[in-house]
Amino acid sequence: MSDASTFSSIDALQSALSAHSYVADRPLATAVYLALKLGKPLLLEGEAGVGKTEIAKVLARLLDTRLIRLQCYEGLDVATAVYEWNYPRQMLYLRAAESGGGTKEQALHDIFGPDFLLKRPLLQALEVSENGRPAVLLVDELDRADDEFEAFLLEVLSDFQVTIPEIGTIAAAQPPVAILTSNRTREIHDALKRRCLYHWIDYPSIDKEIEIVNTRMPGVGERLSQQVVTFVHELRQMDLYKLPGIAETLDWVSALTALDRTALDPATVDDTLGALLKYQDDIAAVRKRGVQALLRG
Amino acid sequence: MVSMHPQYSSHHLLDHLLAFGHLLRQFGVAIDPGQMLDLLRALDHVAIGQREDVHLTCRSVLVRRREDLPVFDEAWEFFWAVQRQGAPGGMALPEGPSKELKIPRRLQRHLDRPADEDRQREEQGDVEIQLSFSHSEQLRRKDFAHFTADELDEARALIAQLEPRVALRRIRRFVPGRGRRVDARRTLRHTLRSGGEVTELLRRQRKLKQRPLVVLCDISGSMDRYSRILIQFVHVISAGLRDVETFVFGTRLTRITRMLEHNDIDEAVDAVGAAVTDWGGGTRIGQAIKDFNFVWGRRVLGRGAVVLLISDGWDRGEPTLLGAEMARLQRTSYRLIWLNPLLGMPGYEPLTRGMQAALPHVDDFLPVHNLHSLEQLGAKLAETLRR
Repeated sequence: MSDASTFSSIDALQSALSAHSYVADRPLATAVYLALKLGKPLLLEGEAGVGKTEIAKVLARLLDTRLIRLQCYEGLDVATAVYEWNYPRQMLYLRAAESGGGTKEQALHDIFGPDFLLKRPLLQALEVSENGRPAVLLVDELDRADDEFEAFLLEVLSDFQVTIPEIGTIAAAQPPVAILTSNRTREIHDALKRRCLYHWIDYPSIDKEIEIVNTRMPGVGERLSQQVVTFVHELRQMDLYKLPGIAETLDWVSALTALDRTALDPATVDDTLGALLKYQDDIAAVRKRGVQALLRG
Repeated sequence: MVSMHPQYSSHHLLDHLLAFGHLLRQFGVAIDPGQMLDLLRALDHVAIGQREDVHLTCRSVLVRRREDLPVFDEAWEFFWAVQRQGAPGGMALPEGPSKELKIPRRLQRHLDRPADEDRQREEQGDVEIQLSFSHSEQLRRKDFAHFTADELDEARALIAQLEPRVALRRIRRFVPGRGRRVDARRTLRHTLRSGGEVTELLRRQRKLKQRPLVVLCDISGSMDRYSRILIQFVHVISAGLRDVETFVFGTRLTRITRMLEHNDIDEAVDAVGAAVTDWGGGTRIGQAIKDFNFVWGRRVLGRGAVVLLISDGWDRGEPTLLGAEMARLQRTSYRLIWLNPLLGMPGYEPLTRGMQAALPHVDDFLPVHNLHSLEQLGAKLAETLRR
């Protein structure tokens, strides 16, 4: 296994990623490489299901370190994302100290020590993992969090440190590898973008996607993967509300494999459309257009 | 391709980068000095001779928005094409049209596009739409369509004085208060003050936040008498609230949120006028709403938004499309309010095919033809939006 400094070139990183079953194109490999070299967070945007989250997981395996994932949602606050004091424990300790005859000052000092601190993902990410390597921090679906959260994320990502009033400032000995993802349901604030490198992940080309399917699901026959990917690319040309991503392609392939199919036929496609399309309107649109016509391409 | 960079020493590289940064700024890609410094650091790690790697590196560091990616790539090509022709390291854009240094047309429209400024609005506490005009009842009740130029000016002045107020929704964030949940942090603090004895459980409650407001305004020919004054109304509303997105449509949808950020109403309206090409033309409401649903719906309706659709319902498009898209719009918004100026006309019945298709999917159907109806709209917004 390797740490961040081992990758001497973009090529080296690209082949290391593909050794871990992640097919990254040159632009993405460049962005990740620079994020590692410069120690800057990488903001990945793109449609759902193009492999934004996956790259963080693969990086953690590649760098042999912990993956710390923070799933964003509206209302995510400091207590859930950074740290919280263990209040019940503090209360109990106070009472115990009192009855045990300790001084109040000592007890007060104790309860705001590290033992009573509950570390949440952003704080955990500042610590190196057991083998001394910085963690990979995945802040997932940042667009779902609100402005307030972005504000303190900004604070953490600027200096990789967190200030806890009762303890002081906790700084990362080695900054974590930070990957931020957004489905772009809204714009991320410029101040936060300014701290990051940026990369937009597009849908892959047909060849690339076939390569991805073959890498991720080695048992699948060439004919099926070719047909599936071609069909999905046809769908992506259509006027659909939610275009299928790579994740959906892979889901579909597993579904077809589970059904022991080695090639596509209209009836099978029709039965399994639900693995690809998640809106009833879209399924209706595809049926209207005619599965057979789409299969012919 | 191979002999792209004839004299590629690091000295020249710096000159080139600065010149290229300058060029990008002229095309409206916001770049700050920090990024240029990052770029210099980044280039230490890539092989300078590899044209594609240098390109991708610059792209990763200098671009922060998807919209800027194509501009960046075009500018990159253009820049090196100019360099190949032997222009000196520091490059200025050609002043007039020049045969050799012709700016590609695709780039030209980005020239001097204003770089996006941070949209940092002051955190607003309780906002209120205080919609009461103390003016003569007659003016308040008069249909905008019958206003004289003077009255129009007067109405504009009145609208400019509006104080927006919008309702709040409960979000998953807590503030001290009288809710059911115990605020452990504050309770502990309080306890310490009273010598370790729990004397009182302090509580917290959900924080209230303003709902986002999305305005879709019809600017086709039949709305002409209303749309300008209503845009002003929207301008006032957006100035007072935190989260307002505004779009206008005739035959196509245009987002005018940024343009309405001009403080001066006349400048704002001018900017809108310059950006909108289909002012006073036909209407395809269904198509416009479809465009909105596709491109913007998920981005601006995520947080329980209230949607104001301002239109007279004269639609040249397909009613079934309008119906289907209205249904989707209603499902994805918190409340869909259709404002129709014709509703103020005595005896008006929403009988057009478009209106018939759309009405089942509308939460409120209200008039907007005079100052009085704007007042009522303010009250309506304030009331519906508060949970």
